[in-house]
Amino acid sequence: MKRVLLLLALLVAFAGRAIAVEPNERLADPTLEARARAISKELRCLVCQNESIDDSNAALAHDLRVLLRERLGAGDSDQQVRDFLVGRYGQFVLLRPPVEPATYALWFGPFAVLALGVLGIAVYLRRRAAGEPAPVQLDESERRRLAHLLKEDG
Amino acid sequence: MCRLLYSLPVALFVVLAAYFGVALVSGRDPHAIPSPLVSEPTPSFELASLDAAALSEEALKGQVTLVNFFASWCLPCRAEHPLLMRLAEQEHVPIYGIAYKDKRADTERFIAGLGSPFRRIGLDEQGRVGVEFGITGVPETFVIDKAGRIRRHYGAPLTADQVRNDLMPLIRELARG
Repeated sequence: MKRVLLLLALLVAFAGRAIAVEPNERLADPTLEARARAISKELRCLVCQNESIDDSNAALAHDLRVLLRERLGAGDSDQQVRDFLVGRYGQFVLLRPPVEPATYALWFGPFAVLALGVLGIAVYLRRRAAGEPAPVQLDESERRRLAHLLKEDG
Repeated sequence: MCRLLYSLPVALFVVLAAYFGVALVSGRDPHAIPSPLVSEPTPSFELASLDAAALSEEALKGQVTLVNFFASWCLPCRAEHPLLMRLAEQEHVPIYGIAYKDKRADTERFIAGLGSPFRRIGLDEQGRVGVEFGITGVPETFVIDKAGRIRRHYGAPLTADQVRNDLMPLIRELARG
């Protein structure tokens, strides 16, 4: 029983760590491997599209993981590796789109909408505070009718 | 001022409707990812080929050619194959095949069974040349002009419509120019 529990505990502990990177892909040098992992987390798998190549089991993702490790091993900088892939697959390969004129709407659009909303609320509140009309008084006949209705109720 | 404010939602609706309308009617495929290689020189590569000679980007220069990535294990490639045969035999378009992640024996069997529309077939067993061309699967087809520049990329199996309305006009235009 104890052994089963231990096994379960181990399974749970390692379940979250299941990654697509296969042991034989890893580089011997831990700093290079860490760089490779960091880069591959930011690169889109072009077969599954919503996974990074670090997470994906697709054959192309495997090829790209091996390729980027080769290039890092050959002395490329992180940026050179990214540029190599962007040059072939386009910016779509980057999971985090770069900030540039074509993506301004994407990056700043939500803030613009938020600013518009804040502006709208500010205008609304200012107008309400400034121009709130005095409450209208009931006239004599209305007051009599109200008293009558209240009496009827009670 | 007040009326202007109330008409804002209507104005927003009109703008959005126009935007979606244009996007729907234009026929643009939002899944199509434009290749950054279009109008760039063909990536350099050197592959062993099915016959004795090697296949490199040098072989593509001097005429308008197609480069078609295919594989024996790929069903859409089989579906596309008759179209390529017709292009090669009737339109005399030189097509160079690159067998992507395929074993030599399997490629040979594929060609023996279906016939070859290809001038030459490069063997990209590791898929490295596929990465150079930025392909994400097979089949994919590139149109390459006389100077060896990529002019068009089809990221899916060619269709008869595409060949008639897009590919052939482009090839004729490039052959003239």
